[in-house]
Formats: sequence, C-alpha cells, structure tokens
Amino acid sequence: MKPFNIYLTGVGGQGIGLLSEVLLRAGDHAGLPVKGVDTHGLAQRGGIVVSRLRFGAGVYSPLIPAGEADLVVALERHEALRGVNTALKDGGTLIYYDTVWQPLEVRLKKAPPVDENTVAETCRKRDIREISVFRPDLKESLMQNIVVLAHISGESLIPGVTTAHYKTAMADLMSGAMLAKNMALFDEELEMNRGRVPGVGGQGKRKTKGSRQ
Amino acid sequence: MKKMGDMLLRKGSFSEIVMGNTALVRAMIESGTRVVAAYPGSPTPEIADAIGAISKETRPFYFEFSTNEKVAAEITFGAALNGHLSTVFFKSVGLNVAADTFVQLNHMNIIGGMVVVIGDDPGANSSQNEQDNRHYAHMSYIPVFEPASPTEVYTFYKAAAELSRKMQMPILLRLTTHVCHAKEKVRFGGWDPQLPDDTPAFDPGNGPYIPLTTEVFPMKRRALQRLADVEAYANHAPLNTCVDHDNPKQGIITMGLPFLSLMDVLQEAEKKPDILKLGIVHPLPRQVVRDFLKSHREVKLLEELDNVLEKEIKLMAFDEKLDTTIIGKQELEDWIDEYTPDKVSAIIRKTWPDMLPLKTEREIDKPYVPMRPAQMCPGCGHRSAFHAIKKALDENAITVADIGCHTLGFMPPYGVGEILMCMGASTAMGSGLSLFNTTRKVVAFLGDSTFFHAGLPGIVNAVFNKHPITLILMENGTTAMTGHQDHAASGRNFNEVTDRIPVRQVLEGLGVTHIYEVDTYQQSRLTERVKQALNDDAFSVVIAKHPCMLKFNREQRRKPGCQARQVHIDQNKCRQIHKCVERFGCPTFVLEKDNRITVNPDLCIGDGSCRQTCPAEAIGAPETAQGDSNETV
Ligand code: SF4
Ligand code: SF4
Repeated sequence: MKPFNIYLTGVGGQGIGLLSEVLLRAGDHAGLPVKGVDTHGLAQRGGIVVSRLRFGAGVYSPLIPAGEADLVVALERHEALRGVNTALKDGGTLIYYDTVWQPLEVRLKKAPPVDENTVAETCRKRDIREISVFRPDLKESLMQNIVVLAHISGESLIPGVTTAHYKTAMADLMSGAMLAKNMALFDEELEMNRGRVPGVGGQGKRKTKGSRQ
Repeated sequence: MKKMGDMLLRKGSFSEIVMGNTALVRAMIESGTRVVAAYPGSPTPEIADAIGAISKETRPFYFEFSTNEKVAAEITFGAALNGHLSTVFFKSVGLNVAADTFVQLNHMNIIGGMVVVIGDDPGANSSQNEQDNRHYAHMSYIPVFEPASPTEVYTFYKAAAELSRKMQMPILLRLTTHVCHAKEKVRFGGWDPQLPDDTPAFDPGNGPYIPLTTEVFPMKRRALQRLADVEAYANHAPLNTCVDHDNPKQGIITMGLPFLSLMDVLQEAEKKPDILKLGIVHPLPRQVVRDFLKSHREVKLLEELDNVLEKEIKLMAFDEKLDTTIIGKQELEDWIDEYTPDKVSAIIRKTWPDMLPLKTEREIDKPYVPMRPAQMCPGCGHRSAFHAIKKALDENAITVADIGCHTLGFMPPYGVGEILMCMGASTAMGSGLSLFNTTRKVVAFLGDSTFFHAGLPGIVNAVFNKHPITLILMENGTTAMTGHQDHAASGRNFNEVTDRIPVRQVLEGLGVTHIYEVDTYQQSRLTERVKQALNDDAFSVVIAKHPCMLKFNREQRRKPGCQARQVHIDQNKCRQIHKCVERFGCPTFVLEKDNRITVNPDLCIGDGSCRQTCPAEAIGAPETAQGDSNETV
C-alpha cells in the first residue's frame, strides 16, 4: 500500500501544531504506522507554519516529496493555495478554513490577495476535491482547527481513521474544560454536517458560510 | 491527557509517539545522566521543553540554561570531572561560541563521561548558515554519532553515553533539524533509577588537566589514541548498518536523514543499490568502509553539506589502491541545502540515470501566492521601536543588526539593521564601521539575552577604545526568538526565581556614561532620546524596553477573567493614507479591496501602540472583545 501523505499549513499562531498532533495520534490509534515533522522556530513569528504527516508502512523520511501529498489541510486561504501549488498531487484533496491573514505583499499593494475562486479554479483544473469550511459564529479563532478536524472526520478524509480515533487523540492531548469545550465544538460541527453528500472533484463544496473577504 | 513528564519517568518499558528532542531526554534519564546544560537555539529548544515537563523535584538530573554555549559546555565539563555523566546541547552555530572549550575536551580525561549534542541545520531553517560541525569534531579529535530518526536519537545517545563514560572522553551526537523535530513511535526501555553517588570525585591525579608545555603532546597523543580506539569500536558497533540489495555493482554510503530520504526514493527503483549507513561518522570505521568498497564496483557517497567523508574515503581508497569507482559531490549544488527526498532523487538521477523511473513533469497551473515572510508579532515592542527610531535617523545612517526577533527589522517597511553576522557582533561591527567615518552615524542593535551571551565584550571594547557609536539595547525581558527562555535579566532561571541582573547597572558598571532608557511604546520620547544619543560625542546606549508581547499576552490570557481587547478604525476619520500599513506595519491591519483599512480580529491584541502612528487619529482606543482558546496545549 502506498503511504498516505498529509501536508498541514497555516500561519504561525493559528494552531497547526495541535491539529497535526491530533491527526498523528489518531492515525496511531487507528493502528497505522505514523511519522511526522513540524516546522519550529522563526516561522512562528507570523510566517508560514508547515507540518507533514505520513501514514502507512514503508515510510522512512518524515518529509513528503514535492507534489506527493494526498491531503492538504490549511487554516488560511493563501496558505491553502500555496499548499496546493507545492505539495498536493493532482486528484488529491484540499480542506481549508476560509479565513484570511493578509500577507505582507498584499498589505503593501505589491500583490493581489488570493480569492476563493482562484483556489476553486486551481482545484478544478487539477481534479482536486476542494472542501472549504467556515463558521461565522465561531468566537475563538484558535478553535478553527477543531472545525477543520470535524470535517476531516465527518468526510473520512484519512483512510482508516474514524471519529472515535480522533476523539481518543483529542483526549490524549487536552483535558478538563479545554477538552470539553473543544469536544463540544467537534461534535456540534460533525452533527451539523451529517448526511450531506460528500463533495467529489470540486463539487458539493461544503460551505457553512458566507464569504469573508 | 497524557502528561509528558510522567511518561518520561516511567519505570517499565513503553512506546510513545515523540519527537527526536523528547526521545533524547528519555535516553538521558535511562543512561543516568546527572548534569545537563544548554543555551536555547533552534532546532534544540524542545529538549528543554521536555526537561521542563518533569518537575524539578522528580527530575533525576540538574539542568540549566547557561549564559551562552561556551559556559554551558564548561558547566558540563566541570560536572563530569566530578564523575557525573553530563550533557550539553545547543544549535549548530552555538559550537562556534563553545569552540574554545570544545577543542580542548578530548585532551582531558572526562571521568564521568560527556555527550555534546548539537542541532545542525542543513537547509538553514533557522540559522544564519548551514555549517557542517563535523569539521570541528575532526579538528578536536572527537567522535561523532549521527542518528537519523527519533528512535536512533534514543539508542545512539545511550550508546554514546556508555562509550563516553567508559573511555572518559567526549562524544558528539550530531542531530539535524528534521531529526530533532521528526515524530514517530519510539520503543523505550525500562528505567531503573540508581541512587547516584554524588561524592565529588575530582582528582588531579586523573589528569593531566593542565595543557601546558610538556603536557600538551602527551595529552594530544592520548586524544589521538582514544580516537583510534573508537574506530576499533566503530568497526564492530551495531550503529553502522547495511541494507543488502544483492547488488555487487552499485553501492551507496550515507548517514543520518539522507539515508531515510534515500530509502524513500529507492522504493521506486527496480534494481536498488546496496547501502552502508554509517551511524558513527567520525572516526571513519575503515574496516567496514573498506569491505563495502571492495565488494562494489561503484560507490556513491551521499553526503549532506560538506564532503568530509568523501575526502577521507577517497584518501583511504588511494592509499589502499582500491579500484572501486567512488562518486562524491558532482557540482556546487550538492554542497547546499538539506538532502530531502526530492534532492536525493535528483542526485541519484544524476549519478545513475537509469536507476529511477522517468519522471514526467507535467506543466501545472500555479497561481502566484503572495509571500509571507516571518514578521514581528502584533503589538511587538520592537515594531514601535523601529518606527520611532527610523524617525531619528537620517538616510545616511548605518544600522547594524544582531540576532533575535529584532533582526526582523531589516524587512519592509522598516529596513533597519542592514548587516547581520552572529550573536553579539553588532557593537563591535558598528565600532569598526565608525572608523574614519565622520559623516555617517552608526547605530547598532542588540537584544538583552544576547547582551549577556556575547554582547558584553563588544560593549566593553567600545567604552575602552572610545568608539562613539550608539547602541540600542532592545530589552524585552526574555529570549523571545527561541521560545521565551529566561535570561540573567529576567528574574528567573530555568529552575527558580532569582535576582535580576539589571542591564542598566551592568552598563553603568562597565563605564558607559551616556545611557537613556525608554519604553518603546512611548514613540516620540524614544525618537528624541535616540536623536540625543546620536549627538553624544561618546559611546551611548539607548535601552529601548518593552516586554515581549507574545509572551505577555499568552500569560494574560491564562489568567481567569482576562478579557481580550482590540482597536478598531474609525472609518469616518480615516483618510486612507495607509501610513499604518506602510510605515508601522502591524500584521493586524487589513487593506480591504475598497481601500479601507480594517483590523483582523483574530490578530489584534489591543495594546494600542499603533494609535500614535496614525496622523488622522482614526485608530480608536482598545475595547474589550470576546474570546479565549485552546492554545495552552
Ligand atoms: S516573540 Fe516577542 S519579541 Fe519576538 S516578535 Fe513576537 S512579540 Fe516581538
Ligand atoms: S492594537 Fe492591534 S492593530 Fe494596534 S499595534 Fe496592537 S495589535 Fe496591532
């Protein structure tokens, strides 16, 4: 079996670390051999943060070759497209939280921002399934990662890993009120989207949202 | 919730998913390591995070963050002379600072054993260069163990500790960034805590410990002999492994992370080469390498960064008249960057064009994504400082940067700090730039952790040799860049509360007579003070201080009842002149399509330092917003 490669990306401070750790442990609870690696350090000062996970037998390096990711998980729209450009294979899946942390070049009017249509169009051309999520009523931006996690679980985006595995992994990493709060959001988001037809090839886009910027 | 501290102290054997840096700490515990010291620097700070997860009371060893890498090395060396198994860790360039001590280590009889752990950084992910520290090991006659994965970090440390203690010599455990940070499930052995014998065992009779005159040669001889003994060990150590693909024609010698990349890349190869993976890369296990060379017609040396192995192996092949074709580095690019699977794939294709299946590069549409360089955090005091300082400088001024978050001042929109070298270098570089220079003011920057680390000698020199430059000391109370470790002026060390060593009094004690102290949020005052300092006809220091807001804000958020605050832009007052984005540049500001400026509610921390920068006074006072988070994990 070919390994399943997951490329997570976002901006420093968005909570990629926790999301990545949950996925890694969920994979382990599902009985898959897992490897991973995060970027640390400088990138956390408002730069790009990347985490790579590789599930399955026959994996040696934690690094994913360019264009070999099966799934890109992004917590920001620009990073979603960057992840698609650099890491995602044709026919893979992109899931991203559709918020925008404006990059420097955009603010300094040196480059136009990436809009949602550009992401959608790129995915369509490359036969990539695109799932964009957003919760307008979410008060705490640092829980966007949990919203994304609920959709990864609900849509069974990682082969062999089930909702129970994600929940066990969450309990490994959080406790008390924090666990309760995150678990409640996870369950709620899962429930809200139950029974929807999963999107295929760019259709059935699952937007719980009105666009943001 | 699984607690890391409890996990690391488990008595029985167990398996857990950990990163290399964490696996290292369990290895220290199982090995009976007693003293550990460090200076923070990527990719190693998470070693200290794991150590910090164990309470001071239950931690089986002493740990400190020392003032710099050299001091940390000396602390551990000293402890080892008393018989304690010791370990020092720091990042790649830290060895330059520790070098004076490091090169002596193997001249000494280190009775407790000492493992030096270095986080090298191929790919320069978080360093100013990608120096290959095997060179230092060669120069110092110190063996190098090189693990490839978290599991190997654990097993190699244990082997290094054992050998080091037995042979009473230092051993270098060379990690690289993606070995430190790689995560996998590691099978750990049991831990049988021994009651340590803490009797100070230092005895000059174990020496000689004075490397002077007649003793230098015998000490060097012993170092060389020990290195030869380690080679004998390495020739039979299980740390060197072979992957046999029954290919007498082609072989590859490699090590560390490049080995893992290679294994991934070769999954696609029909006829795979045999592989010799070296775990002990210095001294060269000649027997093992010789046998491998002799049994293959062509051998590729897959060696990240410099051609250290290549020179040794080719020399050996020449001396022994081996007729194996040895393929080392082929072009300049082979010396540069991390050997990721992509890079290794390209190298293998270059070496043996038929080994891997053809890659069909399909032209794919990649719409441009604007760059996102690292930036100072929202509300960072350095941003206020740069904004204010820029107003005090004329265009001609030369600004000299140092290492730390404030290094980011070189980026737009500030452009302050036009040359950067290494820790603590700014004051003396600036002093040099001031010689014969009567027309251009020189301003150097320095952080407070760096001040104590390597900044002091340059300052003493500026006072002593009368260099009339201005130093701006960016005091934020922490070692921010590497993850907020405490330093001498923080009021805490790793283990407890301590008296601060106040930066200002140190400067006064050193004889600095022109000292100004301003909170960086007071921007117009800061501008004024810098102007004054620039006009001083002597070495002057402006202490530009403000707590690290990332750290401060995180601490605030943990307090019960804390309410987040944010500013908002009054669109009626805003004249859309965009000074806030173009000059001040807090990442919080959003330039909307219709030219309005708004504030990203996910980012603003409501400190209000931006308000004074808006000529239209459109930025309103911070107001309470809603929200907390799952961030403390
Ligand atoms: S970590 Fe602290 S000092 Fe560094 S950029 Fe952020 S706020 Fe500034
Ligand atoms: S108040 Fe908000 S917008 Fe102003 S400097 Fe602070 S973080 Fe930036």
